Amino acid sequence: MELLTPGTGLIIWQLIVFVLLVLLLSKLAWKPIINSLKERERSIQDALDTAEKARHEMSQLRSDNERLLKEAREERERILREAREVANRMKDEAQHDAKKTADKIIEDAKAAINIEKQAALKEVRIQVSMFALDIAEKLMKKNLSGDKAQKDLVEGYIKDLKIN
Amino acid sequence: MTAFLNKFSRFSFVLTLLFLGVFSTGLKASEKADDQGEKFNASQVILHHVMDDHIWHLWEGHNGTIYLPVIVYSSERGLDIFSSHHFYDEHHNTVEYNGYKLDHNHIYLADSHKAVLDLSITKNVAMLFINAALLLLVFSAVSRSYRKNEGRAPSGVQSFFEPVILFVRDEVVKPNIGPRYEKFLPYMLTLFFFILFGNLLGLLPGAGNLTGNIAVTFVLAILTFLITNFSANKAYWAHIFWTPGVPLPLRLIILPVEIVGIFTKPLSLMVRLFVAITAGHIVLLSLICLAFIFKSMAVGAGSTVMVLFISLIELLVAGIQAYVFTLFSSLYIGMAIADHDHDDHH
Repeated sequence: MELLTPGTGLIIWQLIVFVLLVLLLSKLAWKPIINSLKERERSIQDALDTAEKARHEMSQLRSDNERLLKEAREERERILREAREVANRMKDEAQHDAKKTADKIIEDAKAAINIEKQAALKEVRIQVSMFALDIAEKLMKKNLSGDKAQKDLVEGYIKDLKIN
Repeated sequence: MTAFLNKFSRFSFVLTLLFLGVFSTGLKASEKADDQGEKFNASQVILHHVMDDHIWHLWEGHNGTIYLPVIVYSSERGLDIFSSHHFYDEHHNTVEYNGYKLDHNHIYLADSHKAVLDLSITKNVAMLFINAALLLLVFSAVSRSYRKNEGRAPSGVQSFFEPVILFVRDEVVKPNIGPRYEKFLPYMLTLFFFILFGNLLGLLPGAGNLTGNIAVTFVLAILTFLITNFSANKAYWAHIFWTPGVPLPLRLIILPVEIVGIFTKPLSLMVRLFVAITAGHIVLLSLICLAFIFKSMAVGAGSTVMVLFISLIELLVAGIQAYVFTLFSSLYIGMAIADHDHDDHH
């Protein structure tokens, strides 16, 4: 049947045209198209990789930042704490010194007062003694001016002796 | 509902006119014969439509027929080129010309009745040129867009064909041929789009049945056959001639089977495409012929609906056959170049 028998002419034409078509299309179309597709796929992949890397770096950066911040905060805390301690210590020391100085001043003052008091008392005692002697001299001079007065005095002494 | 039916019947009436008008080219001749008392021969009409011809009959009338050039070669007469118009008289009967005669689309030397080498630009050869030109036009345009849109998103005709090209590459060629697919990709893409465009062009009214012609499918199958066997590796031939891991008596039985297998692969490719496309055309034409057999408008309307339905199926078949031919070609080549490790498989 004619439908099933391939015609020689068409076979030859088909062979020529199809082979030419394969050659022409691969040069004109398929090679550039496939290369462009590959190039695009590569660039998309690259972009994705870069984005992934950037994301990774970003997260690393963020964690770094957080770490730094934390460290800075700790550092601040430490410095503050130390400063406070130093201040406290200085205050304590100052207080202590002041107290000591004050105590010493008071002590000195007390000592000075005591010495002055002793000196004053001594002076008073001497003065009083002098006054008493003066008075006694004057009294004696007056009272013992007669014999009777001398005799009474001696008797007064003897009485005292007797009692003791 | 009635409005819809009304609309539908009007629609199908218009379609009937359209399809009958367009598809009935060449039927008029038979009708004329009918008037003269001869019977309408549907099978003759259908075969006339699906087969190659030296003229391209588009519609009835003086300008409806394109007389294609005849190119013949014979050792006696040498090369001769003339219009096929010379084979027909004014009543469209075949006549001898310049010592050549046309008989059932074959050209013979009139005196010795010896067949000549017929390199004529027949209807299918013309279709082949149109198909090839269209492919070149479309894909060089696509290629140009790639150059123009470099590093940018695809646009226009490029974005229409890119998914198809990617489909052929990623779903058909790459998984079946394997890692060395790129060498075969240009052939496979050309094959796919040649068949696809040929199938779709063949569905146009008045077009030639290019991919449903056995000579065309024969050449495509032969090319796949040659590529398969010339790129085949040692393991492939070892598998055919001395199948490893099989007992000796069985090897002797397998050997002829495998050798037959080398040839049945391209044969199946050739026959599948030819049959699928030609059968589709025959079904469509048979349905159209019903109207002329029954000479009834009602049957015409009914067959038009069927023709519309089958045409949609044919669109599907056009894609499927292009896919299947490329798929099996890839598969055969993939089998021939695969690195077997028989100890693992058997």
